[in-house]
Amino acid sequence: MTDELYGPDDSALDGNAIGGLLYEVFGAEMTAAEATCAHCGKTARLAEAIVYIRAPGTVMRCRTCTSVLAVVVRKQEMNCVDLSGLAALQAS
Amino acid sequence: MSPVSRGFHGRRREPDADAKRVPPGQYVTTDFPVLSAGPTPHTPLEKWTFAIRQGGATAKSWSWQEIRELPAEDVTADIHCVTKWTKLDTMWQAVSLDTLLAQVEHEARYVLAFCDGGYTTNLPLADVTGGQAWLAYGYDGSPLQPEHGGPARLLVPHLYFWKSAKWVRGLELLAADEPGFWERYGYHNYGDPWREQRYAGD
Amino acid sequence: MAGTAVRGRLTWQIATVAAVRPETASVRTIQFDIPHWGGHEAGQHVDIRLTADDGYVAERSYSIASAPGEPLELTVERLEDGEVSPYLTEELRAGDELEIRGPIGGYFVWDGGEAGPPLLLVAGGSGVVPFRSMLRHRARVGSTVPVRLLYSARSLPDVIYRAELDMPGDGADVVYTLTRQQPPGWAGHSGRVDGELLTEVAWPPGRGPLAYVCGPTAFVEIVAGELVSLGYPPDRVKTERYGGVAAP
Repeated sequence: MTDELYGPDDSALDGNAIGGLLYEVFGAEMTAAEATCAHCGKTARLAEAIVYIRAPGTVMRCRTCTSVLAVVVRKQEMNCVDLSGLAALQAS
Repeated sequence: MSPVSRGFHGRRREPDADAKRVPPGQYVTTDFPVLSAGPTPHTPLEKWTFAIRQGGATAKSWSWQEIRELPAEDVTADIHCVTKWTKLDTMWQAVSLDTLLAQVEHEARYVLAFCDGGYTTNLPLADVTGGQAWLAYGYDGSPLQPEHGGPARLLVPHLYFWKSAKWVRGLELLAADEPGFWERYGYHNYGDPWREQRYAGD
Repeated sequence: MAGTAVRGRLTWQIATVAAVRPETASVRTIQFDIPHWGGHEAGQHVDIRLTADDGYVAERSYSIASAPGEPLELTVERLEDGEVSPYLTEELRAGDELEIRGPIGGYFVWDGGEAGPPLLLVAGGSGVVPFRSMLRHRARVGSTVPVRLLYSARSLPDVIYRAELDMPGDGADVVYTLTRQQPPGWAGHSGRVDGELLTEVAWPPGRGPLAYVCGPTAFVEIVAGELVSLGYPPDRVKTERYGGVAAP
């Protein structure tokens, strides 16, 4: 699924690619969770978010409006999570 | 205890690079990795401007043509990404931020760089003056490619490379410091690679 | 077991390579021995982690190629300039160890329901991997759900699992489109997947189909967009994007 860390932007992934990271953060499978964007109000599965993993952190963006939904920064062995771009998150 | 995967070496790392040029925790690469927090913008040059803003208004703005007419330098720099890669002797064609900032009267102590796509990063004014920072539009003898921040990016090589904002469109002059994108998400406010200031609190 | 996701703690485990076999000139399938593997659902993936002797660590994700109940297999495409795929497709051999965690995923999965809507699987290049798991699972559980796989590959030698896909099972059929090179006398489709090809190949929306699209990001964007234009409700089009892979 993912190999080139260094490629053009057209390689933006989706929430499927960070299923393992999301499991670490939430303690459960979250790719099917419904996420509501705090900026535009649209709800979609986290699997459908636009995801950038080639950055100093993992950035999840709303597929409808591209606003940031959430950011995870790995600091030593910990995940620092910012969910302020999510108005709601509902795991199935 | 993770097992070592026999025969796995990962991306080419240069173990014999001059250690004095490599900050702690970094490895030297000959690649130029592309890292991004969002889609690559493609602003047409005829619409592109670089602005210095102050107090909610634009103090000075340059078109692409005007930027290209300013005296530029060939800058060679070592660059250090917080994701641990370092690239030595990168070559840029760039306009010194001193040249741009000299055209605005101000008493600002901080700047917040703003970019197409919404990325921001903050720096003390003292770190973007005195020949330490540039607006770069050429890399390795060619126009800066979009994936590396073209048409123009900041170049501030003495700090971690997230401070060298890609797709930069201007600087906001501020009296008080304001964290930018990665600073808000847990990275260090200043980012000196020689003191390994990667994360907030380091 | 229909509808039951495989839950459990997601921890890294050491996996040993049991066997490797080539699929195409640049693609290889790797079978693993993994002591505490709890099974998986078709469509799920695993994360793998490699550690070099200087401590350098690389992590990647790969879709599971094997069906639930079969020994864990991953299929990896060698990417030019890749950091991990050249190692997995050329260097790795039986007896080698790496770390795996999984299975991961609860969205891009197919539970093999015996009675269900017709399935449309659209694969771009190595995006076919999770669909192999789905097709093998379907055959193993004796599902009669109608399935069509539309598989876009650069050329016939680039088609992964060719022999297997020539016999997909009752009620399943495979349609290829070859985008760069076709063999002499090729009577199948050529060129990229587009609205016209999908109109011809996809189940009509009136049958309430469920579509899965997997492959490079650009491929998935185009195909998913076309399916929605054709009348597929967006929530009936599931997508999984692969990064950095060459377009088929």
